[in-house]
Amino acid sequence: CGGSGCSSPGAEAAEPCCPAQRTPSPRRKWQVFPGRNRFYCDGRIMMGRQTGVFYLTLVLILLTCGLFFTFDCPFLASNLTPAIPAVGGVLFIFVMGMLFRASFSDPGVLPRATPDEAAHLERQMDSTGSSRPPPRTREVQINGQTVKLKYCFTCKIFRPPRASHCSLCDNCVERFDHHCPWVGNCVGRRNYRFFYLFILSLSFLTIFIFAFVITHVILSCVVLVLDPVRSTVLEVLVCFFSIWSIVGLSGFHTYLISSNQTTNEDIKGSWSNKRGKDNYNPYSYGTILSNCCAALCGPLPPRSVPEPPRSVPEPEPPRSVSTRTRTKLGLDPPPPPLPLLGSGSGTAQYLCVAVVGSGSAGSVPVCC
Amino acid sequence: MVQDWRKLEVVDRCVADSYETPTMAETHSLQDLQQPAVSSKVFVQRDYSSGTICKFQTKFPSELESRVDKQQFEETIQTLNNLYAEAEKLGGKSYLEGCLACLTAYTIFLCMETHYEKVLKKIARYIKDQNEKIYAPRGLLLTDPIERGLRVVEITIFEDRSIGSGR
Repeated sequence: CGGSGCSSPGAEAAEPCCPAQRTPSPRRKWQVFPGRNRFYCDGRIMMGRQTGVFYLTLVLILLTCGLFFTFDCPFLASNLTPAIPAVGGVLFIFVMGMLFRASFSDPGVLPRATPDEAAHLERQMDSTGSSRPPPRTREVQINGQTVKLKYCFTCKIFRPPRASHCSLCDNCVERFDHHCPWVGNCVGRRNYRFFYLFILSLSFLTIFIFAFVITHVILSCVVLVLDPVRSTVLEVLVCFFSIWSIVGLSGFHTYLISSNQTTNEDIKGSWSNKRGKDNYNPYSYGTILSNCCAALCGPLPPRSVPEPPRSVPEPEPPRSVSTRTRTKLGLDPPPPPLPLLGSGSGTAQYLCVAVVGSGSAGSVPVCC
Repeated sequence: MVQDWRKLEVVDRCVADSYETPTMAETHSLQDLQQPAVSSKVFVQRDYSSGTICKFQTKFPSELESRVDKQQFEETIQTLNNLYAEAEKLGGKSYLEGCLACLTAYTIFLCMETHYEKVLKKIARYIKDQNEKIYAPRGLLLTDPIERGLRVVEITIFEDRSIGSGR
């Protein structure tokens, strides 16, 4: 996988900051992504900018589990039951799977407004004509509660309810929970369930390892009167401190899920009773069970502005009129047009579908 | 019909390529070939009255009054809203899919599409169909909202050259 830590200065940047990345074919959306994210494996993996703490998380988990499986499991498997390393193994794989899913997914980033859209909004806001600054909030009624939608100056959009702008990643994220440095990514609508399952399974794994390491110590030192394994001390230390923080965090997020709130809303006390008797959460489905089901088993939305499929061979882009005219007039032909995140790119893609896809299979968007 | 699409695509690419500002000669050639130019864009915003579910306002924009029938437009938006509601529906089927996915550590989505993705494809086909049948003959173009992060339905209004209003 080629790494690309580039972030373009703006949505219409024509020059990539890393010339080595430039390809003659039309650039993919992740290459012109305006936020401060890192992309790997041709845009399939999306992370936040600072990934140092994520590597620490990986090291801690791999080290502790590695020590457990190497030094404790053989003893436990032979003296107690081989089910212990089996269950441990399943838990470990689940934890790693959920960690990677939470870290590498798009959290639900809202694409920035196209220039046309931004201009349209500006016109609407300035249409009052008065000398006062234009309103930068909109009020909507959601299930009986008044919710204020704020205007984001970076993304030039009115943020949907529950969305928030992450200053670290420089993106507006839907149903923004928080930016987690341990996971190296924002936690939002698309990866909240993976984050929750990660901390939940990690709690179980930590408790599991802690319990069986203690069992190992007791059995080997007290019962069999053997010397304790040195690695045991490290494992016990890591697990002991992790348990308090991770189990606590799991408990907190279980509460948030059951009341259908985000960390952001809870910290601000948006739906707290302290603000007033009539203040309630308009997003809650009513019961704890329905809130949990919705958060964990609800439909998973795909990425907004998905990348076009890679397997479809990119067709020869139809020559624009101006190119033909230029050649007719004897002018130098312009460089091949690069589709950018501009006003036309989405429509151009669609229309390419109509051109290419007329008669052929489906409405698969093709990158022109 | 395909010919008309090609013309629209070609013009739109000219609009997208910011470095290409047509010269007088090119504009003249464009006129000769009767290329429709983008006159303006209308944005249909989201309707958040029912919560964060994807729903667009059915209010008819005034800029489209001369171009398309109000009933037709409202029907298109309402159908889109219904399709998005189907994608985001919470019920037995979506819970089953979610539980199965969780049990397989979400690896099942390597081989199968999510329900949401299937409905999004349906929506893309519907929009293409509506554009071909209703909006393109009237010089309008609906952009799939997924291209804008499900924030707006962008409707591009092309200049009506059939009346002979030249530049």
